[in-house]
Amino acid sequence: MIEANLPLLVPLTFLIPALLIPLIGLRVPGAAYPLALAAVAASIPIAGFGLFRVIAGGPVSYTLGGWEAPIGIEFVLDPLASFLTLLVSVVSCLVLIHARHVVSVEHPDKRVPYYSLVLLLLAGFCGIMATGDLFNLYVFLEISSLAGYGLVAIGDKRSPVAAYRYLILGSVGTGFYLLGTGFIYVMSGSLNMADVARILPHILDQPPVLAGLILMVTGIGLKTALFPLHFWLPDAYSSAPSSSSALLAPLGTKVGAYVLIRILFFVFDPGALEQRVPITSVIAWLSVGGVLYGSLMALAQQELKRMLAYSSVAQIGYIGLGLGMATPLGFVGAVLHILNHALMKAALFLVAGNLRVQLGHSDIAAMDHRLSRQMPWSMAALVVGALSMIGLPPTAGFFSKWYLVLGGIQGSHWVFVAVILLGGLLNTLYFFRVIERVYLPFWRGPSGRAAANGGPGVVENREARFSMLAPTLILAAALLVLGLTSSFLVNRVIHPMIPAGLL
Amino acid sequence: MEVEFIAGHNLYWIISLLLLVGLYGMLAKRNLVKKLVGMNIFQTSIILFYVAIASKRNATVPVIDAALGSVDPAHYINPLPHTLMLTAIVVSVATTGVGFALLISIFRRYRTLDEDTLLKRMR
Repeated sequence: MIEANLPLLVPLTFLIPALLIPLIGLRVPGAAYPLALAAVAASIPIAGFGLFRVIAGGPVSYTLGGWEAPIGIEFVLDPLASFLTLLVSVVSCLVLIHARHVVSVEHPDKRVPYYSLVLLLLAGFCGIMATGDLFNLYVFLEISSLAGYGLVAIGDKRSPVAAYRYLILGSVGTGFYLLGTGFIYVMSGSLNMADVARILPHILDQPPVLAGLILMVTGIGLKTALFPLHFWLPDAYSSAPSSSSALLAPLGTKVGAYVLIRILFFVFDPGALEQRVPITSVIAWLSVGGVLYGSLMALAQQELKRMLAYSSVAQIGYIGLGLGMATPLGFVGAVLHILNHALMKAALFLVAGNLRVQLGHSDIAAMDHRLSRQMPWSMAALVVGALSMIGLPPTAGFFSKWYLVLGGIQGSHWVFVAVILLGGLLNTLYFFRVIERVYLPFWRGPSGRAAANGGPGVVENREARFSMLAPTLILAAALLVLGLTSSFLVNRVIHPMIPAGLL
Repeated sequence: MEVEFIAGHNLYWIISLLLLVGLYGMLAKRNLVKKLVGMNIFQTSIILFYVAIASKRNATVPVIDAALGSVDPAHYINPLPHTLMLTAIVVSVATTGVGFALLISIFRRYRTLDEDTLLKRMR
């Protein structure tokens, strides 16, 4: 009974409280946070059970309203969807624990709408993962996008402008996706993903099908911030409040990447597609641009959150590279990088949030070595996150890049291999710029006196409070644990996800 | 052949034109309200596209008519795209609403809705 309903359960655990919070919050604003946290915490066991059930017994499908699949709307949990749903639940739970204090510092008057929007965003994300219907996916995409615009707009003085730009470009993206879906619907007569996948091989030579695919990929590329469609991302992520950007940056673009995987590898057959339009190669080459551009721009930023935002552009490039290679190992690398990047970006954005709350800023130029003693644990998390971004073993980031490189070798894409390694080098440069300021004694902050060769002196402890520190450290520890268990993860969890078209 | 290609697809040409007008408005106009107008034109063109693909010649509304029978779907236009577009219209209205809310918030902070002036005042 419960098992058959699994695909719908996670989106509903978010959706229903999302609607309840504004109603209850009207009377008791204090109830918003416990309700939101309870919903997110409840989703973890459900999503975990879903993943366990799917790995053990194959995909679970649920037909809405009892209408059978090609006519009605189908919700499907397959290994990829259930895995990413669990990822969304876990990361959002940790971010919400962290967000409580950040919200009360950054925008205490807006906490009720904030928590409601967060749950709407998550409902949209999990709906996108679970749905098996192309149009339904559009609806969930818009739910998460609208919530996302609101979450960005809560931030500082500039944030409505960034949110407005995000809204205009996001609407272009979802509009293109909708138009592409229309093309596919006209040609195949179906909106159910499995049904469309069955019909497509017969009509793949029709120009409207390919035009529809290109429209869909362009639209989702905009939402994923795939280079060169990334220009909304740095503004949106850096002017959003820390509590929102810690959710949007690790999860938002990953969901876009998931939709790309779903369309390119499950609805369409990448092998058959490659003979007609080289769309995976185009994505791979654009991703090369993304890795280099994002890393170089990150190197030039003076503010930690903005640097992390540009670094996101680069990391999406890695995911795009893995997809674009269209080899099994490249696919494994891409999925593993979705997981790792979600965790490392969440950890790093939480560190940025800690800095903002404790110091009031996150300017790299104003950091100096006292920080390593004022906030030792946050800075340790920063180092672990940075090492993982660079890709040093035994952190998780090493293994996704390892699989990406293996995928490149498997497909003899030597340029891609070179770019992945070069990207790692650039990562080293822009993260060590920060780490060196924090740990080496010869940097002075603009206000601080030099303490280069003096004793340790008395340094006040400005570490973040426990509710903020714990999620940061759990995420940092998860990066190490996932690194050590990555072979188990790849063999048992990610391997069943590889689409039949790639093997 | 070429005349046929243009004349035979009148509706689709108009829809494409609307789509381009909308995109131009969203991306090239400097006034933020005009961008939102462009967004609406863009979304309307997509809605019209769906409505257009649903129609058939010599077909009627999709309510079963005793005279036509329920056997041959060629007598009825396809109702699915219409229902899809009801959802899309709701989404479009919601997006417009959020857009206007953001515009009000921008205007309160910067006292302008012109992008160039806005960029100057943001510095």
